[in-house]
Amino acid sequence: MAIVYLTRRERFNAAHKLKVKGWSAKKNRAVFGKCANKNFHGHNYELFVTVKGPPDPDTGFVMDAKKLSKLIKKEVLNHLDHSNLNKDVKFISKNTQPTTENLVILIWKQLAPHIKKCALHSIKLYETENIFAEYFGE
Amino acid sequence: MRIAAYRKAHFNAAHRLHNPNWSDEKNKAVFDVCNNPNYHGHNYELEVKVVGEVDPETGYLIDLKILKDIIKENIEKRFDHKNLNLDTEEFKNLNPTAENVCYVIWQILREKLADKYELTVRLYETPRNYVEYPA
Repeated sequence: MAIVYLTRRERFNAAHKLKVKGWSAKKNRAVFGKCANKNFHGHNYELFVTVKGPPDPDTGFVMDAKKLSKLIKKEVLNHLDHSNLNKDVKFISKNTQPTTENLVILIWKQLAPHIKKCALHSIKLYETENIFAEYFGE
Repeated sequence: MRIAAYRKAHFNAAHRLHNPNWSDEKNKAVFDVCNNPNYHGHNYELEVKVVGEVDPETGYLIDLKILKDIIKENIEKRFDHKNLNLDTEEFKNLNPTAENVCYVIWQILREKLADKYELTVRLYETPRNYVEYPA
């Protein structure tokens, strides 16, 4: 049976900074540069969630893209949009750096348990147009 | 010959929309998620438009390298990876809406550019929300 990959794009805007608590200001600056600025900065994040499976013979859907969108809104965007990723989000622990890399893993964990009739394939997150991270659940 | 030259730039910054003269309830009602106390952020995209006469000797309206450096020195260095509310003089007492950020950028650049140039600044707060000054 043909396997098809279906992707839904969503967006959210958030503040963050990168800083390790146990490190000196100098070391944080050396490693994270201006991303360590104490009062945060922010991004327009662009999120791509891809599911895979055979299109249903009746509907032709791998998954109803509207339902996927609602699920992403409920489990991910409602937590992340217009938030401070260092302070405001329940599923990002205070000891986790809100890098793009860590965010894709955490977003996967938010969504995977709710996708049942097909499989979650990847989470791709753009922090800027030139930087993105991808996670395949490995 | 009159012509327009454009230079794009970008900066990433945190902000929140808040009027200190209002109650928390009113701020929330008007600015909603943009009022969240711990800030949120954007990838701001800037388009600077300069209009004027082409110099017959150089063939330039403006040396775009010079325009690039003016924007980098005066806008990007000031706002990139900053909290607009906390880290900048310009928005200590001015709500950093897209409208106000755009106007502030226009004012800063206007001072740096020769009077012979017309200047328009367009600022994208998100890919779909943008403002332009002068209107």
